Amino acid sequence: MPRTILPIGPYHPLQEEPEFFILTLEGETVVDIDLRIGYNHRGIEKLAERQAYDQITFVVERICGICSTSHPFAYTQAVEDLLSIEAPPRAQYIRTIVAEGERMHSHLLWLGLAGHFLGYNTIWMWCWKLREEILDVMEILSGNRNNYAMFKVGGVWRDIREEDIPVVMKKIDSIIPTLEKLHKAVMDDPVIHARTKGIGVLSKEAAIDYCTVGPTARASGVARDIRKDCPYGVYDQLEWNMIVTHNGDVFDKVAIRIGEMFESIKIIRTCLSQLPGGDIECLVKNIPPGEGIGHIEAPRGECFHYVRSDGTNRPVRHKIRAPTFMNLPTFKETVVGGAIPDAAIVLAAIDPCYCCTERISVRDTKGQTVYSGEDLIKLSQKKTEQIKADMGR
Amino acid sequence: MNREELLQHLQERFSDAIVGVYEKSAKRIYIQIQADSLVRFAQFLFKDIGARFNIASGVDGRTQMEILYHFTVEDIDLVISLRVILPKTQLEIASLTSVFTAAHWIEREIHELLGVNFVGHPQLTRLLLPEDWPEGVYPLRKDYKEWDPNAIRDRGV
Amino acid sequence: MGILDHAFLKSLWVFHLATGSCNNCDIEILDCFTPRHDIERFGMQLTGSIKHADVLLVTGAVNRQCIPRLKRIYEQMPNPRLVVAIGECALSRGVFVHSYNCPLPLDHVIPVDVYIPGCPPRPEAIIAGLIKLIEQKKNPKDQPQA
Ligand code: SF4
Repeated sequence: MPRTILPIGPYHPLQEEPEFFILTLEGETVVDIDLRIGYNHRGIEKLAERQAYDQITFVVERICGICSTSHPFAYTQAVEDLLSIEAPPRAQYIRTIVAEGERMHSHLLWLGLAGHFLGYNTIWMWCWKLREEILDVMEILSGNRNNYAMFKVGGVWRDIREEDIPVVMKKIDSIIPTLEKLHKAVMDDPVIHARTKGIGVLSKEAAIDYCTVGPTARASGVARDIRKDCPYGVYDQLEWNMIVTHNGDVFDKVAIRIGEMFESIKIIRTCLSQLPGGDIECLVKNIPPGEGIGHIEAPRGECFHYVRSDGTNRPVRHKIRAPTFMNLPTFKETVVGGAIPDAAIVLAAIDPCYCCTERISVRDTKGQTVYSGEDLIKLSQKKTEQIKADMGR
Repeated sequence: MNREELLQHLQERFSDAIVGVYEKSAKRIYIQIQADSLVRFAQFLFKDIGARFNIASGVDGRTQMEILYHFTVEDIDLVISLRVILPKTQLEIASLTSVFTAAHWIEREIHELLGVNFVGHPQLTRLLLPEDWPEGVYPLRKDYKEWDPNAIRDRGV
Repeated sequence: MGILDHAFLKSLWVFHLATGSCNNCDIEILDCFTPRHDIERFGMQLTGSIKHADVLLVTGAVNRQCIPRLKRIYEQMPNPRLVVAIGECALSRGVFVHSYNCPLPLDHVIPVDVYIPGCPPRPEAIIAGLIKLIEQKKNPKDQPQA
C-alpha cells in the first residue's frame, strides 16, 4: 500500500507549545510518527541564571500558563531543599489550595478541548464555562486569573483573607452539581465510549519504560503520584484518594482526570476549613552554596526542578523538567497502529500541548495537499456522527 | 528495602565505582560515580530497585562538565542523583537508551545545549534548537556569547 | 466606507498563532470564544486556516524557529489583513527579552496594527482591543492613535 506522510503542525491555535508531528500513513492507519519540538524553546534555564532567586519564581511561572503554580511550587521546593528550611504551615496550606485550584482548571480545560476534538463542542463550552468559576475562585485568592504570583522562597506572597473563605466555599459548592452532571454526561455517553475505549493504549510496561508521569502513567496502572509518594505541602495531612485505572486508553485518561477533580474539590474544602493561623513566610537571608531538588505533582505529572547555588544571589544552574517532556515520546507507542481520525484525540490524551489539529494538512508523498486541518476535524466529527447513527441515536 | 539498606547495598555492590556519597537530607542522596560504571549503576537502579528515571541535568563548570542523573525511588520517598564528572577535553559518556527509552530525549537535549556526546545513542539529532543555529555553539555553556549580530536586546522604551 | 470594508469589519475571522508563548495568552483568547465572554456576538470567529482569516492574533516571544514560519503565514494571509499582538511577550518579549532563542520583537518581523498589553491580558481587554480596532478602521480620522 502506498505510504502517505501527514505533517501536523507546527501551528495549532489551541494549546501549549507548537509542535510538529510527522505521521506516516498506510491508508488510514498510522505506521510511524516522528516529532519535532522546539517551537517554544525560550531558553528559560539560561534566563534563570541571570535572575535573582526571588525573580525566578516569576520567570518559571511563565514556562507554561496552565502550570503557573506547578513550576514555582517545584522551584520553591528545590530552593527550600537547598536551604533545608520549610515554609510555615499556613503558607503550606495556601500553596496546596492554589495548586489544587490549578489542577481543576487544567483538567477542565483539557476535558473541554478533548470534547472539541471528538466533535462534541457542547462539552467544550460546558467545561470552559465551569472553568470560569474556578478562575473566579483563583482571582479571589490570588488577584489574577492566571499567573498567580503566589509563591516565594520560604512562603507565599499573599495571604487568604478570612472574609474570602465563605465566598470561595460557596463558589466551590456551586461547582459540584455541574461537575457531577458533566461526569455523567461524559462517562455514560455511548459515543464517547466508542470513540475513546481501547484507543491509544499505553501498556504498563511501556509506561514504566518511558518513565511517564501523572495521569498518563496512572491510567496505565502505574500507581505513582508524587503527592502520595513524596508528600509535600500538606498532602500527607489530608484525606484523599489517588485514582488509578488499568486500561491505559484514552477513556481511562478522561476518567482519571474527572475523578481527580472531585478529589481536588475535597482537598480545597478541607484545606480552607482547617487553615491554620500564623505567618505566611519565613525569613530567608542568603542562599549558601549547595544544590537542591524539588518535585511536585503538576496536573500533567511530576514537575522536577534542580537548583545549584554557588553562594551568590543567582543560581549557577537551574534545570527544569516539565511532565510533558516524559509523556510526549509515548506517542510512538500510542498513535502507531491507530487510525487517523483517532490520532487527534490520542495525541491529545496525554494532555500535552495540544495536537496542532487546526494546522494539520495531509499531503501525499508528492507534496500535494489533500486534506486540510479543518477536514481532519470534520473527519473526526464524521466518525462521531457515524457512530451515533449506528447506535440509533 | 529502606533507605539505609539500599545505601549499604549500593556501597557493597558498587564499591569499585562509587567515588563519594553525600547525604543531603532524609530524602536526597547524591552519589558520585566513575563515568564508565554509569550504565551498570542505572540498570541496577531502574531494573532491580524499580526506581524511576526523572531526568538528567548537565552542569557546566570551569574545568569540567557534570552530569547528574536523577532517580526517584517512590516507595521510600528518596531521590538518588548519580553524579558523573567529565573532563572538558573529552565530553563523552555512554548512552542510557539501552536501559530505558526515557533517556532518548534528554540525551538529545544535553547534546545540543551542552555539547556532550552520548556514545550509543541511536538518533543524536536536534531537538529544541532551530535549523539555522550554528554548529558548535552551546547555549547552556558558561562561555556562551551572543552570536547573532541582528539580535535586539533592548525593549525600545 | 465601501461595501467591502463594511462587510469586512462586520465579521472578522481570526486566526491565532502562538510563537513561543506560555499559552496563557492563547487560553485567554480561546476564553473569549466561550460562553461567558462570547466574542462571536461581534461577528468574530476562530478559523482553522490562515487563508480564511482577516485578523492574525499573535502571542508569544517569537522564537528563532518561528520567525520564518510566521513570515510565511503572514504572506499567505489574504488582503485586507490585520495583525494583533497579544500579551507582553508579543509586545516586548517580557521576561524573555534576553533569551538566546528570541532575537527579535514581533513588530520587527511583521507589521502590527494593535497591541494588547497584559500578562496575560484579560478576555475583556482582548475584546476591548479588537473593538477598538474595528472602530478605528471605521473612522480612521476620529481616533488616529487609538
Ligand atoms: S504575555 Fe505572559 S501570559 Fe502571555 S504568553 Fe507571554 S508570558 Fe504568557
